[in-house]
Amino acid sequence: MKHLKKATLAMGLSTALVLPALVLGDVSDEAKFSPKQMTDWLHLVMSSDRTVYTRLIVNRLQNKEKVIKASEHFEDDKALVLPAQMFRFGAEMVGEQTDDFSYSLLSEWPINKQNAPRTEVEKAGLAYIAANKGENYYATEELGGTTYFTAVYADMAVAPACVSCHNDHKDTPRSDFKLGDVMGGVVIRVPL
Amino acid sequence: MFMFGKNTVYWLAWVALTGGLVAFFLLRLFAENPEEDKTVFLPGHTSDGHYQIELACNACHTGPYADRDAMQQACEGCHGAALKEAKDDHPKSKFTDPRNADRIAVLDARYCVTCHVEHRPEITGAMGVTVPADVCYLCHADIAEDRPSHEGMAFDTCASAGCHNFHDNRALYEDFLVKHMDEAATDIEGRLLQANLRDIVEQLPDYPLDQHPLNPVDLAAQQWPAEVTVSEEITADWLASGHAASGVGCNGCHVATEDGEWLESPSHEVCASCHRGETDGFLAGRHGMRLDVEKIGQTLPAMQPASARLPMKSTAGAELSCQSCHGAHRYDTVAAPVEACLSCHDDEHSKAYEQSPHAALWLAEQQGEAEAGSGVSCASCHMPRFDRDYFWGTFTHNQVQHNQSANLRPNEKMIREVCLNCHGLPFTLDALADPQLIQNNFSTPPTVHVDSVDLARERAAPGT
Ligand code: HEC
Repeated sequence: MKHLKKATLAMGLSTALVLPALVLGDVSDEAKFSPKQMTDWLHLVMSSDRTVYTRLIVNRLQNKEKVIKASEHFEDDKALVLPAQMFRFGAEMVGEQTDDFSYSLLSEWPINKQNAPRTEVEKAGLAYIAANKGENYYATEELGGTTYFTAVYADMAVAPACVSCHNDHKDTPRSDFKLGDVMGGVVIRVPL
Repeated sequence: MFMFGKNTVYWLAWVALTGGLVAFFLLRLFAENPEEDKTVFLPGHTSDGHYQIELACNACHTGPYADRDAMQQACEGCHGAALKEAKDDHPKSKFTDPRNADRIAVLDARYCVTCHVEHRPEITGAMGVTVPADVCYLCHADIAEDRPSHEGMAFDTCASAGCHNFHDNRALYEDFLVKHMDEAATDIEGRLLQANLRDIVEQLPDYPLDQHPLNPVDLAAQQWPAEVTVSEEITADWLASGHAASGVGCNGCHVATEDGEWLESPSHEVCASCHRGETDGFLAGRHGMRLDVEKIGQTLPAMQPASARLPMKSTAGAELSCQSCHGAHRYDTVAAPVEACLSCHDDEHSKAYEQSPHAALWLAEQQGEAEAGSGVSCASCHMPRFDRDYFWGTFTHNQVQHNQSANLRPNEKMIREVCLNCHGLPFTLDALADPQLIQNNFSTPPTVHVDSVDLARERAAPGT
């Protein structure tokens, strides 16, 4: 009887000590999401913000209300930041703060040649999402000695502003984009 | 058993000598006094950019076991803000992206020291660059596919022909060339920025307006300790200064500490309590970098013209401080931008200034024959006013850039803030690329031609 009491006490005590640690541990570092879930969610945030910016800011003010233009040289031209720059500046700010993931906006028909696919996975991924509308592409690749989970999502012409600006740009290699076309892809990488 | 042999004396001498040397070096290296002369450890002639602070080893080598990343932090600590300002075309963030892993295997552009190795005079080129001039080729060999006009251009001419810079292309990018391609050589209506501190002082963070409201103060209201002698020259100089007109009396500078102690020679930090931006520029630039204790981690003696690598007059003054150029009490805004410079600097470019067209304009302005902002002093180009943004452009302060390197080298850095105020871009590019014009202080028309505007024009409007 005495022993039972002791044992219960000990168990109760250890539970009281261990349980919060388990719960807290759960919150902080137990991996619950697959890299695919993580990149899917990241992409959802990115593409939603990107669509909102393009429709509510660029398309409305530039194409509809014609009050201000969007320009690559937004400071010199006192203009709006391009959707692609908005995206890249965010990616650069993320890059300054973490190595846990990175992302970029690429295309097989890039205005800026630095945005052409470079790695094998980028090439395969962009080709895949252009050929299979509505699908994403996932793969792993090794870059500079690190293995990455790499996800490629289609970047669509969600507003007329996307189409008109790209088709008319002096550096574009393609000028027959239509609303709803795949114009490129968002590439998200997570080191494994 | 130990025997005194013939060699014992040598052994003892060797031990004593080695011990002595070790002690000598260790004492130097870990001296209590951080100012201890560490010259013996310098591995080679330091570059022009850093020689002034070469005895503050820890400014760059942050610790005995500091790695490349620690050194990178030190580089960014001093140069990071300027690179951001310059809209650096090759920022670190471009190369930390894993998709560029193969590129950094060829040229690790995440680190400044990949291209700027210090203490290697035999391979150090302009701007402290220690990589060969064909470095652009490593990543941009296929540029002609994109720009057929570049077919056949020599692989070391990207930066040397006046067309591109690695970091700062604010005045060189293609659309900018196109926008400015038809400008006339000179716009005589052009004016330089004027001081606006008075207009924005209320918004300027940390300006002690409550202690020094912008009203004129007179001599009768001034106090100083009995043992201090104040000459008539001093009072006259002060009364004529902007300080007397803006609420700054004797105690404004001479009693700057909480304890009310009288400072005989107030330091730059006292100036900084009202002129923070200017002082930061001074501390970042060639005149004050030795005094930036926070950045270099120790106190070094102030720079002296006699220690400079540029030619200086033998009559040049001693240690550099704010007063060296501004003159205590007078703070003469006419003397500082020319007379002060020429009292020390003695190179060909400086000596040619007084005969130059720019100097004639400056003289006319000072004599009241021309409008404010139409004259060009030494400082107009080397310490120009720039519109510094506060709170992302909520207001701007036309602050004087006291950090000379902000627009010195490569000299294209000077284009936007300085030259374009009065000159067209095509003329400016040619003038800055002409070594003879730099020598004669822009007294003759350029004889060099930079092709970049022509190439941009051809692509924007073929055949025009
Ligand atoms: C006002 C002009 C403009 C608009 C509007 C615009 N873009 Fe772009 N876009 C550009 C420019 C210029 C670049 C190249 C930017 C850079 O990286 O220097 C670019 C880059 C891109 C890229 C990366 C590949 C490349 O071409 O360099 C993609 C993908 C892209 N845009 C898709 C879109 C989509 C989708 C939209 C609409 C949501 C859109 N763009 C709206 C001008 C525009």
